[in-house]
Amino acid sequence: MEKVIDFLSFQDPTVRLVVAGTVLLSISAAVVGCFAYLRKRALVGDALAHSLLPGVAMAFLFSGQKDPWLLLLGAMVSGWLALGAMELIQQHTKLASETAIALVLSVFFGFGVLMLTYLQHHGGGDQAGLDQFLFGNAASMRSSDLYAYGLVGMVLLVIIGAFYKELKLYCFDPDHAQAIGLPTRGLRYLLNTMTVLATAIGIQSVGVVLMAALLITPAATARFWSYRLRTMLFLAALGGAVAGLGGSFASYLAPAMPTGPWIVMVLSFLALVSIFLAPRVGIFARMWRQRQNQRKIIRENLLKAFYHGLENREGDQAWLSRPEWQEQRHLPEWEWQIGFRQLRRHRWILRRSGHYRLTERGLAEARRVVRLHRLWELYLSRYLALGKDHLHPGAESIEHLITPEVEKELLRELDYPEQDPHRSPIPYKS
Amino acid sequence: MTIEGLYIIIAAMLIAASSALVGSFLILRKMSMMGDAISHAVLPGIVFAFLLSGSRAGLPMLMGAAATGVLASLLIELLYRKAQLPQDASIGITFTWLFALGVILISSYTGQVDLDQECVLYGEIALVPLDWLYTGAGGALAPRAIVYGVVLLLVVGLYLLLGYRGLVITSFQNDFAAALGISTAFWHFSFMSLVSVTTVLSFETVGAILILAFLVVPPATAYLMTHRLPVMLVWAVFWGLLAAVEGYFLARWIDGSIAGAMASVAGLNFMGVALVKQALKRKKRATALHTAAVK
Repeated sequence: MEKVIDFLSFQDPTVRLVVAGTVLLSISAAVVGCFAYLRKRALVGDALAHSLLPGVAMAFLFSGQKDPWLLLLGAMVSGWLALGAMELIQQHTKLASETAIALVLSVFFGFGVLMLTYLQHHGGGDQAGLDQFLFGNAASMRSSDLYAYGLVGMVLLVIIGAFYKELKLYCFDPDHAQAIGLPTRGLRYLLNTMTVLATAIGIQSVGVVLMAALLITPAATARFWSYRLRTMLFLAALGGAVAGLGGSFASYLAPAMPTGPWIVMVLSFLALVSIFLAPRVGIFARMWRQRQNQRKIIRENLLKAFYHGLENREGDQAWLSRPEWQEQRHLPEWEWQIGFRQLRRHRWILRRSGHYRLTERGLAEARRVVRLHRLWELYLSRYLALGKDHLHPGAESIEHLITPEVEKELLRELDYPEQDPHRSPIPYKS
Repeated sequence: MTIEGLYIIIAAMLIAASSALVGSFLILRKMSMMGDAISHAVLPGIVFAFLLSGSRAGLPMLMGAAATGVLASLLIELLYRKAQLPQDASIGITFTWLFALGVILISSYTGQVDLDQECVLYGEIALVPLDWLYTGAGGALAPRAIVYGVVLLLVVGLYLLLGYRGLVITSFQNDFAAALGISTAFWHFSFMSLVSVTTVLSFETVGAILILAFLVVPPATAYLMTHRLPVMLVWAVFWGLLAAVEGYFLARWIDGSIAGAMASVAGLNFMGVALVKQALKRKKRATALHTAAVK
């Protein structure tokens, strides 16, 4: 508990430094990741992160120390080599881009592992720190590292701010960007360089293996809450910051724990919550809408069946028995069950000793559905010249979707017709 | 070469051969990154298997762990179809989450699980000769990794023997297969299970990322060389076996990770084939131009 308070009060200057650094690294990776996500290059980021390993190991091999600028340089070199290799494979062989990504990822990583183990067996001194590139360890960063990586992160954010409009256009519509004379090749290089740099500094806190999460997950999460790029970038940055905070907290409480997995757990938690609960596009919202739609369709189908029953009956009788109603239309039993309940809840039907009748509002609703169905059939036969036996299915699905505005339009277009193509009368509002 | 070296090479060759067969179909179905995802996602399953059965998980346990891989592929489908995320993002989110969970489990139960963070990534193939399975009577049977490798090869062989036609038709012509009434979902998920089993059984030996190298690189090399599936399968196995042998000697020579060396030489082999192929293409084009000019 004491440690929690220690951490949260930010008294300790080292804690402050580590937290500030991790949060900044995560933010810049999350923001750059948004562009990769929008360009559908999410997994390229994954491959890139893995491919930085040989460069990082190489920089260490030549300099014998963990100088942040040298490591960044090494990362840049191997990141660009990996990007080039992926592009060459895609251009000159028949392999799918997926395969090219997986191939470059695993080979570069394998080579990196080979070099790392070579270093461990031959190198001296500081080489233990290299392991931390695999899973990240925020707490082990020195202040000189933090300043260097923090600076790079800041520069990335400033560049994005400066070229915001160009980058936005390029990500959403590269052809248009090229047509209006933007230097698309330059923008692509800029974005790729930024991805390499963001990955290179991000691996300090999450490590090579889980870096993909820092690029992809905040972007995907933010997408559930906004369609505007500005808001999306802001939300992704916020998600990255929260995760960075959580990760450095975990690594402060248990210094032996790698930071990366905890950052990823926080990010994934935010993502799962958004995926299920986000308004409009979340899974639950979608399921709810689907259910409402399904109920509406069942309701309207039952009303239509009732109306047909009224048309086919003898005499003027407003009451129909349940078998009389059900023989109008073949629907599965569960739909009838749901439909009865729905209609009663809407107070569109009355029931007395096994017989049903429509209330005034129910009748109006039934007339509306039948009217839309018959109007649409007429429209199809008049404007699309479809044969009589082809009209019904089309009308059957669209009648549930026609809005009052479209209905008005249809009526005007068809000039308030009396009968549909099957010579059934079209019911108007009484 | 020592007898220990021989054991290591045999274990690697068994894994390489099985992965080459499975990986060929992975490439044809354009699902290489799904292989990446599954190879990471089985980690929490493996850790649970280890936790439940003490320091060493037995074969049945590991088969259970393979279910995590299938679960991951279901989760990816869910994100892709229900939440309408792009496919690459669904893959990225799912596997990083499961893998992070696995790493956290490992570092929380360090004493009880005979896995460490690095081993998870690149395996402990060098330890193959040290870990033996014993028969009921107490006699030494064979190194565990070799037994697992044989089991894996048998499983993969049996699956391909029984399911070759279904797998091939759903790999090349998924819509046509569906029109014929073949259950494409069955082949998708049974194949995903096969990938999971392959990953789980090779995990301790070569680790999560290098199993991807074995799954993707030799089949990709073979894919460049031919248009015919049976020929491709043979070449894929050949390149897998070659990488296993070359990698072992490279690692011995420079004293580094054996699995890392195998992935590196597999990449070099791919590069060699791609360059030769490119040179041949250029030469053919030049000859064609020349004949055209002469005419």
